[in-house]
Amino acid sequence: MSDLLQKDRVYDFLVPKVVDDLDLSHGTVLYMEGVSVSFDGFKAINDLNFYVDSGELRCVIGPNGAGKTTMMDIITGKTRPDQGAVWFGRRMNLLRMSEPEIAQAGIGRKFQKPTVFEYHTVFENLEMSMAGPKGVWPTLVARLNTEQHDRIEQVAETIGLTEHMNRSAGLLSHGQKQWLEIGMLLMQNPLMLLVDEPAAGMTHQEMDRTVELLTSLAGQHSVVVVEHDMDFVRALNSRVTVLHQGTVLAEGNMDQVQNDPRVIEVYLGE
Amino acid sequence: MILRVLKNDLGGKIFLLVLMTVLIAVPLLNQLPSESPFHISIYTVTLLGKYLTYALLAVAVDLVWGYLGILSLGHAAFFALGGYAMGMYLMRQIGDRGVYGNPELPDFMVFLNWQELPWFWQGFDNFGFAMLMVMVVPGLLAFVFGWFAFRSRVTGVYLSIITQALTYALMLAFFRNEMGFGGNNGLTDFKDILGFSLQADSTRLGLFVISGVVLALGYLSCRALVKSRLGKVAVAIRDAEDRTRFIGYKVEHVKLAIFTFSAVLAGIAGALYVPQVGIINPGEFQPLNSIEVVVWVAMGGRATLYGAVIGAVGVNYAKTWFTAAFPEIWLFALGGLFVLVTLLMPKGIAGLFSRKKGGES
Repeated sequence: MSDLLQKDRVYDFLVPKVVDDLDLSHGTVLYMEGVSVSFDGFKAINDLNFYVDSGELRCVIGPNGAGKTTMMDIITGKTRPDQGAVWFGRRMNLLRMSEPEIAQAGIGRKFQKPTVFEYHTVFENLEMSMAGPKGVWPTLVARLNTEQHDRIEQVAETIGLTEHMNRSAGLLSHGQKQWLEIGMLLMQNPLMLLVDEPAAGMTHQEMDRTVELLTSLAGQHSVVVVEHDMDFVRALNSRVTVLHQGTVLAEGNMDQVQNDPRVIEVYLGE
Repeated sequence: MILRVLKNDLGGKIFLLVLMTVLIAVPLLNQLPSESPFHISIYTVTLLGKYLTYALLAVAVDLVWGYLGILSLGHAAFFALGGYAMGMYLMRQIGDRGVYGNPELPDFMVFLNWQELPWFWQGFDNFGFAMLMVMVVPGLLAFVFGWFAFRSRVTGVYLSIITQALTYALMLAFFRNEMGFGGNNGLTDFKDILGFSLQADSTRLGLFVISGVVLALGYLSCRALVKSRLGKVAVAIRDAEDRTRFIGYKVEHVKLAIFTFSAVLAGIAGALYVPQVGIINPGEFQPLNSIEVVVWVAMGGRATLYGAVIGAVGVNYAKTWFTAAFPEIWLFALGGLFVLVTLLMPKGIAGLFSRKKGGES
C-alpha cells in the first residue's frame, strides 16, 4: 500500500523540470539502494543505502576515504557503480543517464575545488548556467530576454554578488567563487544541489554567510552538503549522515550522531 | 549587424579597415605605370593574395585553438583538401589543352594509362559542385575525425598528436599515384577558372580581391560565433571542460560543431590558395605546414582572431624577405622569432594593443 502511495507521489517529479512548479509534498527525491563500487579491488562504496527527501537539507560527513566524493560521482553520473540502483524520483534511472542529462534533469553539483569560468564575468557565468535548451544551435542563436535577465539578477542577489556582476570571475575571492558556483547551480533550477565542502578555505564571516545561503535554499531545493568542518555542520542544523568505509554508519541530527558510540569510535573525539 | 558583431572589438575594426584599404589600394597602385615608385607588380599582388588565404587558415586555427582549446596540428590537411577540390575543378577546365590533348582525362591519368575518369573525379567540371566539395570534403573529414576523437574524450597533447598523424597519413596517401590525385606532382598546369585565364593580370587581381573579401567574411562569422553564447561556452570548455559538462552542455557536440566549421573555413582558404599559386601537391599535407600555422597564431596572439591575421601575414612576409635575402638562415630566424615572442610577448603581437584589458572578451 505504501508503495502505491509513493508511486503516486513520484509523478510529481516527472512533470516539472522547473522548480517553481514543484509540488513540495514530502516525497523522496533521491534513492540509492544497495550501491557498491570498487576501484582495483578497493571497495569505495559498499552496499550503500541513502535517501534524500524533497526540500531537505542534509549533511554528509565521514573520515577521509569514507566514499563521500565517490557517492557524489555516482549520483552525477561520473562513476558507474558495480551494483545497486540510483533513482531520481521514481522514474529517472540515473545509472542510464549521461552527466549532462543528469544536470539537465535537475541535479546540480558544486565541486570541492571551486571551478568557475575565470575568464568570463560573473554575469556570463550565470548566463551560461541558465536552464534551457543547451544544444549547439539554440546556444548559438541564444539571446537574453528580460525575464532571463531578471532571473540572473535575482540569483546574483541571492548569492550576494550583484556588485561584482561585470567582474571577471577569476578576480573574485575564494568565498565569492564558492557562492558564484552555487549561483550557477541555482540558475539551472535544480531539484537537488550537491555541495562538496563549501566551507573549505573560507573565513568565518564567509562561512556564516554560506550557512545562511544554504539554509535559505533548503525547502525550495534538496541540498546535500558534504563537509569536514564540524562547526559548519552544526551551524547548518540539519540531519546528518555519517559515512564510513562506503556505508552509512549513522543518521540523525547532530547531537544524536555525536553521541553514537560507533561514530565516536571512528572519529575519536569529534 | 556587422557593427553589433564588432562591438568591443577594436582590433577587429582596425583590421577590417586596413583590409578594406588594401583591397582598394592594391589594384589601383597596380594600374600605375611600372616606373612609378608606388607601382605594385602583379607578382606582389599574387603574393599578397596568398598571404590572405594563409590569414584565413590562421583565423580558422585560432578559432579552435584560442577559443576552444583544441591545439590542432593538422589544419593544413583541411586546407590542402579544399585546395585539391579546387585543383580538380581547374584540372577539368584544361580540357584538350593538356600535353596529351585528351579532352576527358587530365595528363597524369593519360600518362598512367587510365582509360576513363575515376568516379570521384565526376562532377568536378561543374564549378558549383567543386565549390560545394571544397567545403564538404574537409568538413566531413573533420566531422568524422572529431566524432571519434571527442567522443572518446581525447584531449590535450594526445589530440594534437592524432591531428598530426591525420595530416601525415593523408600526405602518404596522396603521394601514391594510384590514389588518382597526380601523385607527388600533384595537380598543376592550370589554364583558366570560369573562363578567365589564370595568367591574366585581371584574374589575379580578381582572385586577390575575392581572397580579401572571403577573409573579411570568415573573420566576421568567427567573430559572431565567438560573441554568441556558444562562443562563451567554447571558452568555458577551454578553461574548465568538466564544469561545462556539469552545467548541462554536451561538450562533444560543441567541439564537433566548431571544429567542423573551422575545417570548412580552412578548406575555403585552400581553394583560394591553389589558383593563385598554380599548384597543389601532397607537400601541402606536410606536418610542418600545420605546425607553422600554429606558430603564426601564437605570434599574432591567441584568442583574438585578428592576431592570427597579423601573425600569418607578418611571418609570411618575413619568410618571403628572409628566403630571398638570407635563404640559409630563414629557419633559424623563424625559430628565434618564436622563442622571442613566447618569452617577451606571451599574448603575441595583438597582446601589445590590448595590454590594459588583459585579454579581451
